[in-house]
Amino acid sequence: MSAVQLPVATPPVTQGFWRRALRNHSFVLGGLLTLLLVAAAALSLAWTPHNPYDVNIPVRLQGPSGTYWLGTDPYGRDIVSLLLVGARASIVVGVIAVGIGLVVGTAFGLLASARRGWTEEIIMRVADFGFAFPAILSAIMLTAVFGPGMVNAIVAIGIYNIPTFARITRASANAIWAREFVLAARACGKGAFSITMEHVLPNILSVLIVQATIRFAIAILAEAALSYLGLGTQPPQPSWGRMLSEAQTLLFQAPMLAVYPGVAIALAVLGLNLMGDGLRDVFDPRLARKR
Amino acid sequence: MSVFLFKRLITLVATLVGASVVVFLVLEILPGNAAQILMGPDASPEAVQALATKLGIDRPPVERYFSWVGGMLTGNLGDSYAYSTPVSELVLERLSLTVPLAVLAMAMTALIALVAGIYAASRHNKLGDVGVMAASQVGIAIPNFWFAILLILLFSVQLKWFSAGGFPGWGEGIWQGLRSLLLPALSLAVVQSAILARITRSAVLEVLREDFVRTARAKGVSERGTLWGHVLRNAMIPVITVAGLQFAELLAGTIVVESVFYLPGMGRLIFQSIQNRDLIVVQNCVMLLAAMVIIVNFVVDVLYATIDPRVKASDI
Repeated sequence: MSAVQLPVATPPVTQGFWRRALRNHSFVLGGLLTLLLVAAAALSLAWTPHNPYDVNIPVRLQGPSGTYWLGTDPYGRDIVSLLLVGARASIVVGVIAVGIGLVVGTAFGLLASARRGWTEEIIMRVADFGFAFPAILSAIMLTAVFGPGMVNAIVAIGIYNIPTFARITRASANAIWAREFVLAARACGKGAFSITMEHVLPNILSVLIVQATIRFAIAILAEAALSYLGLGTQPPQPSWGRMLSEAQTLLFQAPMLAVYPGVAIALAVLGLNLMGDGLRDVFDPRLARKR
Repeated sequence: MSVFLFKRLITLVATLVGASVVVFLVLEILPGNAAQILMGPDASPEAVQALATKLGIDRPPVERYFSWVGGMLTGNLGDSYAYSTPVSELVLERLSLTVPLAVLAMAMTALIALVAGIYAASRHNKLGDVGVMAASQVGIAIPNFWFAILLILLFSVQLKWFSAGGFPGWGEGIWQGLRSLLLPALSLAVVQSAILARITRSAVLEVLREDFVRTARAKGVSERGTLWGHVLRNAMIPVITVAGLQFAELLAGTIVVESVFYLPGMGRLIFQSIQNRDLIVVQNCVMLLAAMVIIVNFVVDVLYATIDPRVKASDI
């Protein structure tokens, strides 16, 4: 035993992670649904039942059958293949848009927390102001100027994510800066940058992971809405939102076409949200007991 | 209170100015020559120049910015290129649909959320609670425009109770107008109320653990009296904050839902204007929506401080 009891950081979040995670119902169910989403997208890279780009008018609007498991759309394309490839658009948009928000927002949040004073004030006021532009609104601005497209949708959703991550990072980081082990690190002569990298960031990682999962779900919803409006993923690239807007014109002839893509979106979002909730409980067991 | 209000007012004005600068930069400076965009690449340079002079976009940017802001403050938003009518008239006409839609949706959200949230909290960890929580988890995951389509499938295609979209206008009587806003408002409300119900539930549960609730019970106040007289008043603080933020979400959500139901509101105006390259309409509509979001957030902040005096003491 050492003579001086030095304050130590909390144990890493990975300790006993899987043991606790697998006992959490939300995490397991959400994880399975998320896995399904990723598997669908991955599978579509290698194989789909039919070519999703093949227009085949003679077999248009067919019901489910052995050849077309969920039937065909008004262009005679296979619904299952479209759904599988559509998962790709959701994942690509989600990963990049959340990535933009996570990297930029966290960097600003950490900077605000490390510098305090005016830097913090300015960053936070600018972040507040970001909330005035919901994703749809910033996407509309970008579309009006640069035209509709997947890249603009990603950028719009990404920008929308930045203030959220900045706020959460700052709030969590400020709590870490107030802890004794940071004081100890400062007493040892460490600078703000190395304290941020060695102590603050690892300790707020769990909060960021949970937030990223939930933001991923929101990004999928936003991408679907933008594609539905014709501002996101463009044809012929399949996307769930676009499938819904095409299906809406055929509600009387083929109502089920409007059901499948919506179920796909809802399951993906539900999975990510449940996984986020589960992760939060796993990372912070005190919170789970309190509820 | 006055110092708090003053500080908040300054923030409000600064945020509005910031938003207007962003909207101006993105929609008026970034696209380059708006006259060229409107007339297409084949237009003669003289014609483009003539239109630029007519639209006033050959002036320096700073001057244009101030004349735009000045126009907004006096209600003169310029003329729409595509419709050849004042933008302010177009916007006012569309707002008479979008604002009632958002307000109706918010009222439904609050009603569903409070009932479900309070019920879940009063049945904590029992079947009713678990049911409400599971339903809300699903509600959060459903895209509002898909739920709108499902409502059309059920109530218009199958049951034929409502028309599948469109708006007769308020001239046909308030009931006819409200009737066509009912499904759109419901589709907006379901998702938001799922979120708000969770907040309500956890806020009520939080307050139920407080000492004063135990005191109220101990002095013989009935369970119902405790809930209504002591718990709800205190639990409403976080609920109102979130509801305010949701109103902003609802306003943005109307853009999508108006498209689903073919409602001639702000959202559709923005889309048509994007297709017509009518950037002046887009610019003013986006600014108006952003301003509404900012002002609602300001009102929530002030309301929050009015309900909870601790906010003023600790914060700001």
